[in-house]
Amino acid sequence: MKLAYWMYAGPAHIGTLRVASSFKNVHAIMHAPLGDDYFNVMRSMLERERDFTAASASIVDRHVLAHGSQERVVDNILRKDKEERPDLIILTPTCTSSILQEDLQNFVYRASIISDSNVIFADVDHYQVNEIQAADRTLEQVVRYYLDRLDRCYRQEKLDQFLTNAPSVNIIGIFTLGFHNQHDCRELRRLLRDLDIEINQIIPEGGSVEDLKNLPKAWFNLIPYREVGLMTAMYLNKEYGMPYISTAPMGAVDMAEWIRQIQKNVNTLTLSSSIKRVDYEHYIDGQTRFVSQAAWFSRSIDCQNLTGKETVVFGDATHAASITKILAREMGIRVSCSGTYCKHDAEWFKEQIQGFCDEILITDDHAEVGDMIAQMEPSAIFGTQMERHIGKRLDIPCGVISAPVHIQNFPLGYRPFLGYEGTNQIADLVYNSFALGMEDHLLDIFGGHDTKEVITKSLSTDTGLIWNPESRLELSKIPRFVREKVKINTEKLARQKGIETITVEVMYAAKEAFNS
Amino acid sequence: MSVKVYETLTVECETGNYHTFCPISCVSWLYQKIEDSFFLVVGTKTCGYFLQNALGVMIFAEPRYAMAELEEGDISAQLNDYEGLKRLCIRIKKDRDPSVIIWIGTCTTEIIKMDLEGMAPKLEWEIGIPILVARANGLDYAFTQGEDTVLAAMAHRCPEPELFVRERKLTIENYFAFHSIKKHELGEYANSPSLVLFGSLPSNVASQLNLELKRQSIKVSGWLPAQRYTDLPSLGDGVYVCGVNPFLSRTATTLIRRKKCELIGAPFPIGPDGTRAWIEKICPVFGVETQGLEEREERIWKSLKDYLDLVRGKSVFFMGDNLLEVSLARFLIRCGMIVHEIGIPYMDKRYQAAELLLLQDTCIKMCVPIPRIVEKPDNSNQIQRIRELQPDLAITGMAHANPLEARGISTKWSVEFTFAQIHGFANARDVLELVTRPLRRQKNLEDLGRTTLVIKKTSLKCPIL
Repeated sequence: MKLAYWMYAGPAHIGTLRVASSFKNVHAIMHAPLGDDYFNVMRSMLERERDFTAASASIVDRHVLAHGSQERVVDNILRKDKEERPDLIILTPTCTSSILQEDLQNFVYRASIISDSNVIFADVDHYQVNEIQAADRTLEQVVRYYLDRLDRCYRQEKLDQFLTNAPSVNIIGIFTLGFHNQHDCRELRRLLRDLDIEINQIIPEGGSVEDLKNLPKAWFNLIPYREVGLMTAMYLNKEYGMPYISTAPMGAVDMAEWIRQIQKNVNTLTLSSSIKRVDYEHYIDGQTRFVSQAAWFSRSIDCQNLTGKETVVFGDATHAASITKILAREMGIRVSCSGTYCKHDAEWFKEQIQGFCDEILITDDHAEVGDMIAQMEPSAIFGTQMERHIGKRLDIPCGVISAPVHIQNFPLGYRPFLGYEGTNQIADLVYNSFALGMEDHLLDIFGGHDTKEVITKSLSTDTGLIWNPESRLELSKIPRFVREKVKINTEKLARQKGIETITVEVMYAAKEAFNS
Repeated sequence: MSVKVYETLTVECETGNYHTFCPISCVSWLYQKIEDSFFLVVGTKTCGYFLQNALGVMIFAEPRYAMAELEEGDISAQLNDYEGLKRLCIRIKKDRDPSVIIWIGTCTTEIIKMDLEGMAPKLEWEIGIPILVARANGLDYAFTQGEDTVLAAMAHRCPEPELFVRERKLTIENYFAFHSIKKHELGEYANSPSLVLFGSLPSNVASQLNLELKRQSIKVSGWLPAQRYTDLPSLGDGVYVCGVNPFLSRTATTLIRRKKCELIGAPFPIGPDGTRAWIEKICPVFGVETQGLEEREERIWKSLKDYLDLVRGKSVFFMGDNLLEVSLARFLIRCGMIVHEIGIPYMDKRYQAAELLLLQDTCIKMCVPIPRIVEKPDNSNQIQRIRELQPDLAITGMAHANPLEARGISTKWSVEFTFAQIHGFANARDVLELVTRPLRRQKNLEDLGRTTLVIKKTSLKCPIL
């Protein structure tokens, strides 16, 4: 038992529902008590989804506790089958069904005999895995379910003739309620079109389960986010020998690396065919220099001013690692601490950011993250919504770089994090966070926005205080937006001390007095 | 599916496959109402995830509630529940020093049969803070019923009325027995039994209702819950109680059966008609004749004219998720709207008797058929009915709001009625403000066209709308 106010990753069934509702025409039925269908609200509100979320509940109530679900689950599956005619129904266990230990697998078996839809039972345990791991598993499970039905002879030996003629890829792991996933997907499409690579399939978002059997036609797989899709890629690699690229194409350096990996994969597979080998170096150079502004930004005076500034990074493994590398390697910003809540992937994370940050924090306790930030006092934070709020409390600006997120992280405008456009977006995010911090700092130096002690204008003008010429000149040099504040503060001090003529010294004394 | 019209009041029951909030959400408004409380939700990540997302920004404001998150060891009883809860409660005491800790039991504690009621008194004695137990779980209850379970638990902690008050009353009566006028004057105050109102309302709404009764020279002696746990009202034999919300049937039962209070069955003070009827039910109990109520109601209706013009003749469909539906429907019918269906999670016909009667009267008065009341509705069926009826407004949960809007059906998010101030004469405008908002928005965007923003699917694959 532990005291918890907030969690970074949700319960397992959320992951399964995210995968199910990303596919076209797949319906998820939760075995859950009333009120556990909160996922529908999130999808409808955060994603502003226009369609009804294809997730419903087979309600667990007192009767189920007493007599078991009996026919209820099967009836609910059959009803959905009739009403919506989905291709696939996924029966989703929740924390409640984990304890009830009903034989849900058996219900699925019984329902699948009668229904026209395929029916599977999501193999996730509430107490073993979290949202992210469950999503990864469920995606693999669905893919495996459809591919295992293929005739064995398609496999391995006939793989070559099975491949598409032109180089093609699957993008695995774009899905609903993912952090900027829709924009990232669009950016990846554009990139691949530039590279003359066809997209065989994008799963699960918008994909059809009936098409999954064609997944092995692609030459290789792209896994943009480590959290979801890796299991599927590994399965396809093992069963069909499909290579995969799990580098996240985030930041200019990793982008180049990602494209080179694609090049390598394409060229390996073209060896035997008549298609000519590809060379993307020229493309990388052009994009990095001119399409992405990030490389230029790193050289500009703006970014120079950020040199050595301290930051803290926290988020999911993919985003936290990539952003850490971008800050340290591409912008020369010092990352005092970098961390992730993906405890299950801690080893990979540590390896990735080795040498790019001073400290590593692996935790899913937001209080620990808060304490760490308070202790480090960075100039800016890059984290989740939780870190944004920690930042608010500590007066440190924060850029949101990872889930969990709020509705403002589902922008209508085009905001990818991946690809060359993504580098621009990240540069903006980083620069804006710091610039805001600097402005705040300047305000502080000159007395701040704090107007708790109100002194009316008439007071400051009618006090008979005399500003000598030097101090008047000094006052005019102060930026306009804080000038009045400085004037008021100085006069306040003068009155307190019974000074009649204000000199530059008095001004500085006031600055000192009101800073502490 | 045919749409039936009823002449008499009937309640049908559907499958119970509907969307609502989990009753643990009651902590969000109760922790704010009861200032010295701390709510500990004993449940799993699922409960925590719901609270975190449903309550949004409140999470970050150092709320006085937390999850006692059960892990695998707790479920398989490898760990000692009592020791676990003790550890957490001691920490809460140290960090926050509340006057009361309220344990919210969840589905999980029900299923594993964690004996919260048994552990609470023991731990209470050990750490010296009152511990209440409320089983606000999704197995038994919906949304606002969570508050009902908490208040029912709290009723047990209300002190008995102090005996000497009655004795003193007696002596005073004896003393002035010879002086009839003085006795009458005293009678107004001393002889009247005390009145306790139950239901959690924002403090300014509570004082508005207090004032409303004071105008009729009725004194409200206390509220359940009070602003602080330490100020709970005295309850006992001879104390009159009256509910302000339709979802408090367990609390009402507890007050009648366990605390021996007298329940005043009344419609709920929602809308000017409801508020007037509510006061009219209370006054006779204390032998008071109402004064100027009719004019006051009339004045309120007049002040609502601009909104009434907007809603008159428009139709509403309540999908049902917070138990306020009957009272709101009754008010809206009185406003001239046509209600197609009143979906409601649970219908206590005894506790809501007066409200149902007022609904029936209102329908007769307004010459409209009594809408069907659907208990434990089935959202999927309801959406079919909405498609057929094409109501001007669907009052629904957030899960359905955006999809319905995309299909050209205006919606109002039902949860807002739970958080908005809707009680009493003064807040009638707020209810209509909420109800008319989608209608006004629609008017503003009228010329834009494109009210349907979904891709029409011609295939049979998606029969919904």
